[in-house]
Amino acid sequence: MADFWKRFSRNRGAVIGLAILAIVILVALLAPLIFPQSPWRMVQRPFLPPFAMDQYPLGTDALGRDVISGLAYGAQVSLLVGLVSTVAALLIGIPIGALAGYFGGWVDDALMRFTEFFQTVPSFALAIVLVAIFQPSIESIIAAIAIVSWPPVARLVRGEVLSLRSREYVEAAILSGQTSLTIILRQVLPNTISPIIVLASLMVATAILLESSLSFLGLGDPNLMSWGYMIGAARTVIRQAWWLSFFPGVAILLTVLALNLIGEGLNDALNPRLARRGK
Amino acid sequence: MLRFILMRLGKAAIILIAILTLNFFLIHAAPGDPAAVMAGEAGAADAKFIAQLREQFGLDKPLLTQLGIYLKGVLQFDLGFSYRQQMPVADLILDRLPATLLLTMTAFVISLVLGTLAGVLASARVGKWSDTAISTLALLFYATPLYWAALMAVLLFSVYFNWLPGFGYETVGANYTGLRRALDIGQHLILPATTLGLFFMAVYMRMTRASMLEVSQLDFVKTARAKGLKPGIIQRRHIFRNAMLPVVTLAGLQAGQLVGGAVLTETVFAWPGIGRLMFEALAQRDYNLLLGVFFVSAAMVLLFNLITDILYRFVDPRIRVA
Repeated sequence: MADFWKRFSRNRGAVIGLAILAIVILVALLAPLIFPQSPWRMVQRPFLPPFAMDQYPLGTDALGRDVISGLAYGAQVSLLVGLVSTVAALLIGIPIGALAGYFGGWVDDALMRFTEFFQTVPSFALAIVLVAIFQPSIESIIAAIAIVSWPPVARLVRGEVLSLRSREYVEAAILSGQTSLTIILRQVLPNTISPIIVLASLMVATAILLESSLSFLGLGDPNLMSWGYMIGAARTVIRQAWWLSFFPGVAILLTVLALNLIGEGLNDALNPRLARRGK
Repeated sequence: MLRFILMRLGKAAIILIAILTLNFFLIHAAPGDPAAVMAGEAGAADAKFIAQLREQFGLDKPLLTQLGIYLKGVLQFDLGFSYRQQMPVADLILDRLPATLLLTMTAFVISLVLGTLAGVLASARVGKWSDTAISTLALLFYATPLYWAALMAVLLFSVYFNWLPGFGYETVGANYTGLRRALDIGQHLILPATTLGLFFMAVYMRMTRASMLEVSQLDFVKTARAKGLKPGIIQRRHIFRNAMLPVVTLAGLQAGQLVGGAVLTETVFAWPGIGRLMFEALAQRDYNLLLGVFFVSAAMVLLFNLITDILYRFVDPRIRVA
C-alpha cells in the first residue's frame, strides 16, 4: 500500500486530480448542510450577476434560483451517475469478457460479435434513444450509460483472461478438479483487477460527460438538479447571462479532468512496468 | 482485395439488420400505442378508426411478421412517417443529411490535421515548454464537454469579438450565390466544426506524440541516423509514416463520436443537420423520426468504418500481404 501511494504520488497531476475530486465529493456530501433550501427554489431576482451579492456569489438563473446551490446539488448527481453506471457497466462487461476469454471457441466468437455490435453503434446516439424511449429518470440514464460503455471492459477482460488461461497455476487448478466458475472467480479474475481499476476510473469520467450531455439535451431526471441541465437551460440566454452556462461547465471540466489525471496516476501505480516503458 | 471488400460489406449488412431489429423493438417499447397516437394526430380517436389503422399498418399481425414488413420497408428506404412534421421520415433526413456530412467531415479533417501536427511538434520538443503547453491543452480538450466548448466559443468569438457567426448555416436573407455563398457557409462552419473536432483533436495529439516517441526508439531509425541522414528527413520519412499507423485506426473510432456529437453541436449552433433534427424529434417526442435518425447515423458510422478499413490496407502494405 505504501509502495502504491509512493508510485501514485510521483505523478504530480494525479495528486492534483485527487485533491480536486476530494473537494467535489466533499461539496456533494455537504450540499444539504450548506444549502438547506432546495436548489429549485427562487431566492432572488432573476439574472442576478455573479459577485454582486455575498449571499449568492455565483448569481441567479432565469427563474431566480441560486447558481452555487445548483452546482453543489449537481455534484451529487454527476458523481452518483458516474459511479453507479460504471459499476453497472463492469457487471455487464466483466462476465462477458471472462466467459469469452476463458472458454474460447464459439462462445468467444458469439460474445465478441455481440460486443462488436455495441461498439459499432454510435454510443451517444444510442444513449439518447434509450433514455428518450424509456423516459428520462436517474435509473434510465444509468442503464443507458452502462449499456453503451461496457464493450471496452469486455475486450480488456477477455484479453487478460486469454493470456492468464494458459498459465501453469490455472492448469493446476483445472487438474485439481475445480469447476470453471471457481477458477474464473478465484484464480483468473483477481489477477485482472489492476487494469480494470484504471479503465474504471476513466469510465467514471466518460459517464459524467455522457450524463451531462443527456441532461443538456433535456433528457435529465426532471427531479434532480444537474450540471448539464443548468447549461441546457442557460443555452438560450447565453448572450444575456454568460455565468449560467460558464460555471457548471467549469465544474464538469474540473471533475472530468481530475478523474482522467487520477486514472493516469493509477496506471503508473498499478502497472509500474508499463508506466516505466512509456517514459 | 475484392474478396476483402465483399466480406466487409457482408459483415456491415448483418450489423445493419441487427440495428434495424433493435430499432424495431425500441419503436414498440416507445410509450403509447402507435395506432392510438396516429388516430389522435388525425383528430379521430374512436375505436373503429383505431382498429382500421391497426389493420392498415399491420399492427394486428404477429410481432415477427411486423418485423418483416418493417425490414422490407427500410430496404425501399421507407423509414416511417413523422406525424409531427407531416412528412416521411426518410425525406426529412435526406433533406438534412448534406449539412451534417459537411459539418462532420470538416470536423474530422480539422481534428486530424491540427491534432497530428501538434502531436509531431510536441514529440520533437519533448520536455520543452511547447511540449508542456500542447500536452496540457490536450488534457483540457479531452475533459471539456463538447456542447459547453461550443457555447463558450459562441460567447468569445461571436458575441464578444464578433469575428465569426455563431448561429445557422448561412447568412439569412443575404441570398449569396456561387463563391460568395461558399465563403459565407465556410465562415459559419468554422466554430461548429472546430468545437465538434476538439475531443478527437486531443486524442490525435496524445496518440501522435506517444507514437512518434515510440517509433523514434526503433532500430531502423538508429540505422537511418547512423547512415548520416538529416534529422528532418528521418523525422518525416521514417518516423512520421510509421507513427501514423495507430493514428489511422483511431479515425474509425471517431466516426461514432462525430455523429453523436453532431446532435450537441448542431443544437448549439442551430445547424440544419440530422443532429438538430434528432433534437427536434426529442423535444416533440417524435419517436419514428428519432429512431430514423438513429438508424441513419449508425449506417453512416458503418460506411465510414468500411472506408477506413479499406484505406488502412492501402496505408499499411504489411496487412495487404497477410
